[in-house]
Amino acid sequence: MSAPEWIDAALVSARPQAVAALLRYFRDLDVAEEAFQDACLRALRNWPRKGPPRDPVAWLIFVGRNAALDLVRRRRRQQELPPEEALSDLSDTESELVQRLDEADFRDDLLRLLFVCCHPGLQPAQQIALALRIVSGLSVQQIARAFLVSEAAMEQRITRAKSRIGTSSVPFEAPSPGERIERLAAVATMLYLLFNEGYSSSGPADIRNHLCGEAIRLTRLLLRLFPGDPEMSGLTALMLLQHSRSAARAGADGNIVLLEEQDRDLWDRAMIEEGLALLDGAVGHARPGPYQVQAAIAALHSRASSARETDWSGIERLYATLERMQPSPVVTLNRSVAVAKVRGPSEALSLIEPLARRLAGYFHFHAIRGAYLRELGREDDAREAFQRAIGLAGSAAEAAHIRQHLDQLVPQPPAASRSGTGAPQSQ
Amino acid sequence: MLYAILCYHSEEQVCAWSREREADTMARLAVVQRKLAAAGRLGPVARLMPTSAATTLRKDREPPLVVDGPFAETKEQLLGFYIVECTGLEQALETARELGEANPGGSYEIRPVALFNPVSGTE
Repeated sequence: MSAPEWIDAALVSARPQAVAALLRYFRDLDVAEEAFQDACLRALRNWPRKGPPRDPVAWLIFVGRNAALDLVRRRRRQQELPPEEALSDLSDTESELVQRLDEADFRDDLLRLLFVCCHPGLQPAQQIALALRIVSGLSVQQIARAFLVSEAAMEQRITRAKSRIGTSSVPFEAPSPGERIERLAAVATMLYLLFNEGYSSSGPADIRNHLCGEAIRLTRLLLRLFPGDPEMSGLTALMLLQHSRSAARAGADGNIVLLEEQDRDLWDRAMIEEGLALLDGAVGHARPGPYQVQAAIAALHSRASSARETDWSGIERLYATLERMQPSPVVTLNRSVAVAKVRGPSEALSLIEPLARRLAGYFHFHAIRGAYLRELGREDDAREAFQRAIGLAGSAAEAAHIRQHLDQLVPQPPAASRSGTGAPQSQ
Repeated sequence: MLYAILCYHSEEQVCAWSREREADTMARLAVVQRKLAAAGRLGPVARLMPTSAATTLRKDREPPLVVDGPFAETKEQLLGFYIVECTGLEQALETARELGEANPGGSYEIRPVALFNPVSGTE
């Protein structure tokens, strides 16, 4: 292995914790980021000659902190005096720092850094972009690719998010146990958003896999720092079980391959085993929650050696549980899929018809409704539903998938031919 | 004599490996393992799931306490182990070096095995 590769791996894995600690010292996102960058440059110069330090995270924090203190001092001469607490005591040695890293407050550093990224004033897409930039260290170009926007637009989005947060609203005091639970929950939501962005966005496959991988890495890290939270285990399990199917999910032509049609030999067994083990451990706590239930649903799919052997009654029961915990039309829509398998499309359709108004703009509603209608032999209604779905498709792959369904409907009236990209049908 | 080669590495780093890196490393390790197996020296090999999946039973009290997470909170975690037949420490170190070339980073702890019972249920 070449030298830069191991250094790169060490820097990537150290980043969340190092930036989190530097944020505690400097109480400023930009300074913390700059300090970490500076430390990385020094690592690239020093490590090839001297070999890796015993504790790369501690090394990067120590060196980054010293470099940024220089910067702060230089700025102080040019600008106003920074607040006293921006300058931590200078007498620490590296070994003292290493010891400090073991202290409990270090866990809160990472939690704080992630929590800052899910500031309630930020849109979900801004939260994810900010976390990817600051915590994961993705380049603006990479993030822009994931979100299918220009680099300049993404740069602006991140800058705006940072200024929106401001330093004033960053919570630096140690959280109470209750606050810690709240922060963990907010961070879990953001990490799941990040995962879903990778799972379902229309960006290039490599970057999407990268987002899923990042979400899993950060969730695992949090789980390691905060063991004993069954929902955190449930979330990690859910991500692993879903991500285990990524190779089977993308067809050769870039189209989405539905769960039922996937080649299950392409599923990543190691990820599935880890997901099942985590879920098993979480369920043992007897403190159920939405992530555990969703992971349990994913687990029933993972355990089925073929689509035919799927335990749809079990899935229906789990969705009913999830509906009670988190009532939402989307959950009901998902439950209807299991209902269709167990009791047929007619019952499934009557379950979702009342959702029509609330899910009018939801691609999957029309796609799923179209499938039930087709099964019931109501071809014209099915065609209309599929056409509405195409109009709402979030990616070319989604649209292409629905077009396959449309093509299977016969006969096709000439008036409703597949023209253009399928604009939403007015109604 | 049997030796255990216990693999310690930063879990954060290993979990951050790309799929390609992961596959390359496992392929390189497989080469070394095949060589050991051909020489009849390779015993069980285990790779452990991340410590986030670990549970610890503290049995120094009654009743024992079940806690989430690994036994020891360390910078580097026990991620797997090999059992290898070696003539002595020198050969064990040589084997560990070979494995280390295939999978750099972290440390191997080399421990002679006192008792080895590969088949359950035997006395």
